[in-house]
Amino acid sequence: MSFAAVIILTGALTAASCSLVGCFLVLRRMALVGDAISHSVLLGIVAVFALTGARSGPLLVVGAAAVGLLTVVLIEAVRRTGRVREDAAIGLVFPALFSIGVILVSRFPNSVHIDVQHLLYGEIAFSPLYRVELWGADLGYRSLWMLGGMTAANLAFVVAFYKELKLATFDPALAAAVGLSPVVVHYALMAMVSATTVVAFDSVGSILVVAMLVVPPATAYLLTNRLATMLTLSVLVGTASAVGGYLIARLLDSSTSGAMAAMAGVLFATALLLSPSQGLIARRRELARLRRGLAERLLLTHLDGGHGAGDRTTLRERFGWSARTEATVVRSALARGHVRAEGSGRLVLTEAGRGAAGEIGVG
Amino acid sequence: MDDATPAGAFPVEIRDLTVAYQSRPVLWDVDLAVRPGRLTAVVGPNGAGKSTLLKAMLGLVPAASGWVKVFGEPPARQRRRVAYVPQRGSVDWDFPTNALDVVEMGRYGSLGWLRRPGRADREAAIACLRRVGMDAFASRQISQLSGGQQQRVFLARALAQGADLYVMDEPLAGVDAVTERAVVALLQGLRADGKTVIVVHHDLQTVPSYFDEVALLNVRLVAAGPVEDVFSPENLQATYGGRIGFLDAPGAKATAASAAD
Repeated sequence: MSFAAVIILTGALTAASCSLVGCFLVLRRMALVGDAISHSVLLGIVAVFALTGARSGPLLVVGAAAVGLLTVVLIEAVRRTGRVREDAAIGLVFPALFSIGVILVSRFPNSVHIDVQHLLYGEIAFSPLYRVELWGADLGYRSLWMLGGMTAANLAFVVAFYKELKLATFDPALAAAVGLSPVVVHYALMAMVSATTVVAFDSVGSILVVAMLVVPPATAYLLTNRLATMLTLSVLVGTASAVGGYLIARLLDSSTSGAMAAMAGVLFATALLLSPSQGLIARRRELARLRRGLAERLLLTHLDGGHGAGDRTTLRERFGWSARTEATVVRSALARGHVRAEGSGRLVLTEAGRGAAGEIGVG
Repeated sequence: MDDATPAGAFPVEIRDLTVAYQSRPVLWDVDLAVRPGRLTAVVGPNGAGKSTLLKAMLGLVPAASGWVKVFGEPPARQRRRVAYVPQRGSVDWDFPTNALDVVEMGRYGSLGWLRRPGRADREAAIACLRRVGMDAFASRQISQLSGGQQQRVFLARALAQGADLYVMDEPLAGVDAVTERAVVALLQGLRADGKTVIVVHHDLQTVPSYFDEVALLNVRLVAAGPVEDVFSPENLQATYGGRIGFLDAPGAKATAASAAD
């Protein structure tokens, strides 16, 4: 496998594992919690290293997941005091845990391998350099094993608990009332987010992790009305960001993780503008269409009421329309056959127009 | 299951129930027995603890003292027999899902952990949508529904739970006339099937025509019983306090209703 393929695949697996759980963070309005967890897990990594000397492996994932859960519990505890709002609670908890992690790193001279710089920015470009060996046999690239495993675990989690995740996210009160504890679902999700974060940022750095937890899901949210489709689309958007980001990084000779995260941002902006249902452009068109419809109804009821003589300057004065608005409205009403123009330029309601105006009267 | 329920057990029985958030009591020493096969309204001013009372029946809030029994057992042991309609505003209607899917959620409880809904669940959900006159909207995204339609989807979901006791939080708040008629017909249908229905209701004017029983609540339970016995100006005065004037005058109920808004 070429180095390029390893790097792209590492990015794509990061995107897939992060966005699967990230969709539920976004839907639960907890995007920032992902950010918090991805920082505070540093404490878990250092603690496991200090206790066991392990710098990778399952123990590290467990330790990080534990600190991730601790983060969530602390945020909830601070929020519950009723003295601090949730956003402030998040902002209070994770820097505290993160900074304890940073202090511990600097206290362990042997921990040079835990490089804070590396954890934050990562260098996915080095991912082809680390391989897995077991009893002397070379098993392949470490990042692919780790992230492939995490993606499989997250996929299994989301598929197995799809119904529970959906209900606990949409209506936690009903979930609790029917015995599908939303608290259990919540902490299970947070544990998966924590594990994903630590596994992923070992290979790609936490900036890309934070981006992939939030940006592809937020993009997918704009493109569909179905949860299953949102999950699939977010994985596709994330993968596209990884591929596109890699190419841009090659072109600009820049940070690969950074380019992948930026690419995700570009895709989001595109969806925000162009999404057929929820994009800004579609929304603006829809709004303009509604306004025109309203103006046309005003015109029809005006003519139907026998007010004015359909004289076009009176229309402008009566409704405060600009000449352009008036022209558009009249053109549209003529095209629909709701009104017709007489020789003098006066507008007269047609039979169809009278019918349309009548409907409005009743409605 | 039947032999686990003592003969004559009330659908809901509440004794000395006090619930407090932080140190502020939301419900104070409430005693209530809801009779089977009847439509019961829970009325009271804002902050009277109506929603909390419902949540206590569902086992969702811890009691500071006292207890709640549902069909003679703690609520946690009777979850299959209770259906819940939360306030419409309690969920995010922009959630990516459609009407049919929301109704199908009513089946999740009886499925339990890990089991996936199948064709039977889907068909049951469609039948429930039909009962509330919403089957034509099955694949409609929920944010595209009007408030009344959303409410009917919530009711269909409660029907899908297939329960014996229905607990509803303001199903008639802010709905159109069509929905109001549909909901009331549904409530009467449930009663005809021998189900028990408890509804938090805000419109005092319609209490006598829609409901058999009423519980007047303002943190304490002021009165509870058949509408004709307890829905009196004195009890309303005791429930709503100074916020209702001219209770003895004709049209007292209309005044009371506007005070409740």
